[in-house]
Amino acid sequence: MKPAAFVRHVPKTLDEALKVLSDVAPDDGRILAGGQSLVPIMAFRLAKPAHLVDINEVEGLQHIASDGTMLSIGARVRHAAFHKPVVDGPLGALLAYVARHIAHYPIRMRGTFCGSLAHADPSSEWCLVSATLGATMVVKSTRGERLIAAADFFEGIMSTVLAEDELLAEVKLPLLSADTKFGFYEFSRRAGDFAMASALVTYRLEGGQIVDARVGVGGAEPSPRRIAEAEAALNGQAPGEDIFRATAEAAAAAVEPLEDHQTTGEYRRDLVRAVVHRALENSV
Amino acid sequence: MSTHETKGSGLKWVGRAIRRLEDPALVTGQGRFTADLPATHWVRFVRSPVAAGSIKSITFPDGARVITAADLSGVKKITPMLHKFSYRPVGQSILADGQVRYVGEPVAIAVASSEEAAEDLADLVDIDIDETAPLVDARDALADGAPQIHAEAPGNVILEGTVKTPGFDSVWDNAARIVAINARSRRQNATPMEARAGHASYDAPTGRITLTCTTQMPHLMRTAITDLLGMRESDLRVIAPDVGGGFGQKMSLCAEYVALVWLARQLKSSVAWTEDRRENLIASFHSRDQYIALEAAFDKDAKLMALRADIVSNVGAYSCFPTTSGVEPLMAMAEMPGPYDVQQYQCRARGVLTNTCTMAAYRGVSRPVITFTLERLMDKAAAAFAIDPIDIRRRNLIAKFPYTSAMGLVYDEATYKETLEMAVAAIDVPAFRARQQAARAEGRYLGVGFATFSERTGYGSPAFAARGMAITPGWETVHLTVDPSGFVEARIGSSPHGQGLRTTLAQIIADEIGVAPDLIKVIHGDTDTAPYGWGTFASRSLVISGGATLLAARKVRAKLLKIASHMLEAAPEDIVLENGSAKVAGTDRTVTIAAMAREAYTQTHRFKGEIEPGLTESGTYDPPGTFSNACHVAIVAVDVETGFVRIERFLVAEDAGRIINPMIADGQVHGGVAQGIGNALLEEIVYDESGGILTANLADYMPPTAQEMPPIELHHLETPSTQSITKAKGLGEGGSIGAPAAVVNAINDALAPFGVQIDEMPATPQRIRAALRASSSAHSRASGKPGA
Ligand SMILES: Cc1cc2nc3c(=O)[nH]c(=O)nc-3n(C[C@H](O)[C@H](O)[C@H](O)COP(=O)(O)OP(=O)(O)OC[C@H]3O[C@@H](n4cnc5c(N)ncnc54)[C@H](O)[C@@H]3O)c2cc1C
Repeated sequence: MKPAAFVRHVPKTLDEALKVLSDVAPDDGRILAGGQSLVPIMAFRLAKPAHLVDINEVEGLQHIASDGTMLSIGARVRHAAFHKPVVDGPLGALLAYVARHIAHYPIRMRGTFCGSLAHADPSSEWCLVSATLGATMVVKSTRGERLIAAADFFEGIMSTVLAEDELLAEVKLPLLSADTKFGFYEFSRRAGDFAMASALVTYRLEGGQIVDARVGVGGAEPSPRRIAEAEAALNGQAPGEDIFRATAEAAAAAVEPLEDHQTTGEYRRDLVRAVVHRALENSV
Repeated sequence: MSTHETKGSGLKWVGRAIRRLEDPALVTGQGRFTADLPATHWVRFVRSPVAAGSIKSITFPDGARVITAADLSGVKKITPMLHKFSYRPVGQSILADGQVRYVGEPVAIAVASSEEAAEDLADLVDIDIDETAPLVDARDALADGAPQIHAEAPGNVILEGTVKTPGFDSVWDNAARIVAINARSRRQNATPMEARAGHASYDAPTGRITLTCTTQMPHLMRTAITDLLGMRESDLRVIAPDVGGGFGQKMSLCAEYVALVWLARQLKSSVAWTEDRRENLIASFHSRDQYIALEAAFDKDAKLMALRADIVSNVGAYSCFPTTSGVEPLMAMAEMPGPYDVQQYQCRARGVLTNTCTMAAYRGVSRPVITFTLERLMDKAAAAFAIDPIDIRRRNLIAKFPYTSAMGLVYDEATYKETLEMAVAAIDVPAFRARQQAARAEGRYLGVGFATFSERTGYGSPAFAARGMAITPGWETVHLTVDPSGFVEARIGSSPHGQGLRTTLAQIIADEIGVAPDLIKVIHGDTDTAPYGWGTFASRSLVISGGATLLAARKVRAKLLKIASHMLEAAPEDIVLENGSAKVAGTDRTVTIAAMAREAYTQTHRFKGEIEPGLTESGTYDPPGTFSNACHVAIVAVDVETGFVRIERFLVAEDAGRIINPMIADGQVHGGVAQGIGNALLEEIVYDESGGILTANLADYMPPTAQEMPPIELHHLETPSTQSITKAKGLGEGGSIGAPAAVVNAINDALAPFGVQIDEMPATPQRIRAALRASSSAHSRASGKPGA
C-alpha cells in the first residue's frame, strides 16, 4: 500500500496553480485537496498520478462567504468548517446537520467540500446537498472560468464534467429563506460509512400547503439527483404521514437503483423509501 | 459498566484489577513491532490474481530480483498432518509451483531496496495463467464431477469425521418431535489490528538467522521453518516482539515467513515484509465458512434426547499448520452438543477443499458457529413446544458434574443453570416482554436472545492427541528467577499478544513469594531467551502458563523459606513472605528478598548440601483442561424498513473460575463480544463466482467500530476450578462464542410477528429485509400499514 512515485507541486497562488495544472494535466496530473479520497486510491495503486498539484497553500480558496443570496465555499474549505452553522438561517443549520454524517472526525478535518464534489462519489453528502439545492460550480482553468449548474455537473459514478486542467475553485449554494423546512436522513451499516442511501428534502409552507418541494436522493443511483415524481407528490399537499409515505413510495419507484454484491435493486429501493420517508419526518 | 461479584481470592494480588504492566510502553508509543525494524531489502509478494489455473509463465524485467518456485527447489512443502479422520495430507509450496489454487496465493517475490520499490517491481511481474473454473462454495466442491483441487484428496474432502452413539437409532425413532435447522455461517477474517509482518536478518559471525514476526507461537515457527528449510534449529532465532493482536490468525505458519528466512540466508542480509490490509483480507487466513444441518430429537417434555449433525466446513485451498484443516470441522463435531444433557449423538463432519484462502483458527474456533446453530435450534424447539426459550434451556442444561458428553469429553464442572438464572434475573424478562408488546403496537420491533455455552479452555496435550494431531501442543514451562538484586524474572513459553499475561502471571508470582507485581518481569516471545513452549491460543495461557508459573513460584518460595530460616534462625513454617521480605511471624525479625537472593548466589557455601546455588526454578504444567461457561443475552431493536439492527443491551453472566485480574478478564470478554457482534451482524468475506474477493478493504469488510458497540454488562460467578491449580479457567474466546447466537436469537425474537427465520450469519440488513420481503406480513407493513 505504497503509492507509485509522483511529483508534488505546491503553488501559492491561484494563477500559479492553474498554470501548473494545465502543464501537468496531460501527464496524469491531479489536484490534491484534503487527500481523503485520492490518497487511499493511490495507496491501492488504483490511480498512479505522475504529478499532484497540492492546493492546500493556494491563497484565496479558504473563504465561506454569503452575499445575501448565495453562500460561496472555496476549494480549501474542510468538512469540519460546517460543524457549526456557517450562515444564519436554514442553510447553515442544514449544512451543520448534514456535515456530521460525513465519515469520521479526522477525515472531516482534512476532506474538502469541493473535493467531495470533484470526486463525485454517489453517496457523497455534499453532492446530494449540491444537487438538491441547485448549487453552481465555479470552475477555473488557464482557459478561463465557467459556471456549471449541479444538475449538469455530475456524470456518473465518480465522474464529473470537469476537464483535466480545471479546478473547482468554489461552489455557490443558494441561501434558504427563513421559512424553509428541511429534513435529512441517511442509512449506513456502521457510523461514518458511506451512505447506502440518503435523502434531503426542503420545502416551504404556504397556507398549510407544501410549495417549492425539493426531494434529493443520494447513494442510490450513479449520481445524486432531485426526484421530480416525489416532488410532485408533495407540492400542494399538507404535510402528514400519508403524504410522506406516498412521496417515499414515489421516490422508491422512480430511482434506477445501483446494485452491488450485497445490495440488490429491491433492497436499494427499500432504503430509498425509508430514507425519503424519514427525511420528511425529520422536516416537521 | 461492569458489576463484579468477585468472591475474592483471599490473596493479596490475585483477584485485583491492577493496571496492566505492559500498557505504559504501549500507550506512549514505546511498543516495538516487527514493522519498526529497518531492513536492507524489502519484499512484495506477487499474488495470484486468479483462483484456479496453471501457471504458463512468469516474466519480469531483466536483472530484477524476483524469486519464483523454481528458485526454491529443495524447500519442502508445508504439509500438516493428522493421523485420524481419513485425513489426506496435502502440501503447499512456499510459492505456487505450477498450479494456483486461490486468489492471493504467493506466486513470486519482488525484492528491492524499499517497500515502494518492491511494490513498483511487483507491478512489473507478469504472471500468465491458464485459468480453470474455480470452486468457491463447499457444496459445489462436494458435487459429483467437481474438479479436483488436490489429487491427494478425492472429492475435495480433506478429512471426514463420523460418530454415532450405540443407542442413537432407537432414541431417534422414539422421539416425540424432531426440530431441525440449516445454519449457514459466512466466512470471516480475524482482522488483527496489526496485519502480518516479518523481518529476517543474517548474523555474519554466527551464520544464524533471526526471524522477527507477528506470531503467536515463536517456538513452533522455529521448528517448522527449520524443518522445511533443512536447517539446524539452533541456527534460527524467532522473536515475536509486541504483536498487535492475533486471534488465531497468527498461530498458523505462513509461507511468507519461510520465504523470508530463505531469502535472508541467500542474501546474507536483512529482508522485511509488511503485509497490507488488502493482503491480510485476501490472503492471510480465513475462518467460519460452514454449513451445519442440525436435527434434534426431543421427548414430549421438550427434553433433548439426541442430536444429529452434518457439518460441512470450507477449509480453503490448503491445510494450515500446526492445527490442520481439522481445526474447524473436528472442533464442531467434538463440541456440538454444547452445554446440554444429550447422550445420543450422530455426526458427520467434513473439511472441504475449495479455491479460497486457507481456513485457520479464529477466536472461538467453530464454537461461535455451533453455538449459533444449537442455540437457534433450541429457540425453534421452544417455539415448537410453545414454551419459553429460557424454559427449554432450564430443562436441558447439564446440572450434574463431572459430566461425560456423548463424545466422551469430561465436563469437569460448570454453572450453566446458575449463569442462565443470573442473566435472566439481571435482564428482568417480564419487564422486557411488556416493553416488547408495547413497542410492537407502535411498529417497533424489539427482541431478546439468549445463548448458553461451554468454553473448553486450557487443555493439555491429551486433548490434541485425541484429535490425532501430529503435533500435540499442551504443556507449558516457566523458568522463574530471582536475580541477585532481588528482581524477579519469569521466562515463559507462552507468547501473549494483548492478553495482559505479563500482569496476570506477575500477580500469581507476587502472592507466592511476597513481592509486588511491578518487581516482576515476564519475558516471552524470543526463542533464545524463553523456554520451549506453545505460545498463546485456545484460551490456554493463563491456565497452563499460569499453572506452570505457580509451580515454579512454589519452588522458589520453598527455597526462599529455607534461606530465610537459615538467615533468621527460625523454622520455615514460622516464616511468612510479604512486602518483599521474609518475616518470622509475630516478631519484627525480617530479611529482605533481595538480601536472601544475594546470599543464594554469593554465599552458597553457607547452604552447602542443603540448597542448590542460585535462585532459578522451573515449573511445567500439562492439565487435563477445564470448561468455562457463560450465558449471553442481547436485546436488539430491528428496523423492519431497513433491516438495521441496533443492540440496545448486551449482558454476559460468566464463570471462568477464579479471576486473577477482573479488569483484564472484562477486557477479554469485551473484545470477544465485539468480534461476536461483528460475526453476527457485519463481517463477511465475499467471493464472487470467479473466486475474486469483493471485500478487500475495511469499508467492505466491516468489523464493528466503537460506535457499533453497546455497553456490555458483565456478571462474574467465580467458581474455583478443581482442574486447574490456579483455580482459574480460560476466558479468551467466550465473548466471541456466545455473542453471535445471542444477537441472532434476539433478531428472530424481534421478528417473530412476521414469522421469519434468520439462520445465517452475519444477519445483514440486506438478509433481514429479504426475509421480511418474502413474508407476506412484511409486504403490507412496507406498503404503509404499520403493524399489519
Ligand atoms: C474512511 C472514509 C470514510 C469516508 N466517508 C465519507 C462519507 O461518508 N461521505 C463523503 O461524502 N465522503 C466520505 N469520505 C471521503 C471524504 O469526504 C473526502 O474528503 C472527499 O471525498 C474528497 O475530498 P478531499 O478534499 O479529501 O479530496 P482529495 O482526496 O484530495 O481529491 C479527491 C479527488 O478530487 C479531485 N479534486 C479535489 N479537489 C478538487 C478541486 N477543487 N477541483 C477539482 N478537482 C479536485 C482530486 O484530484 C481527486 O481526484 C470518506 C473517506 C474515508 C477515507
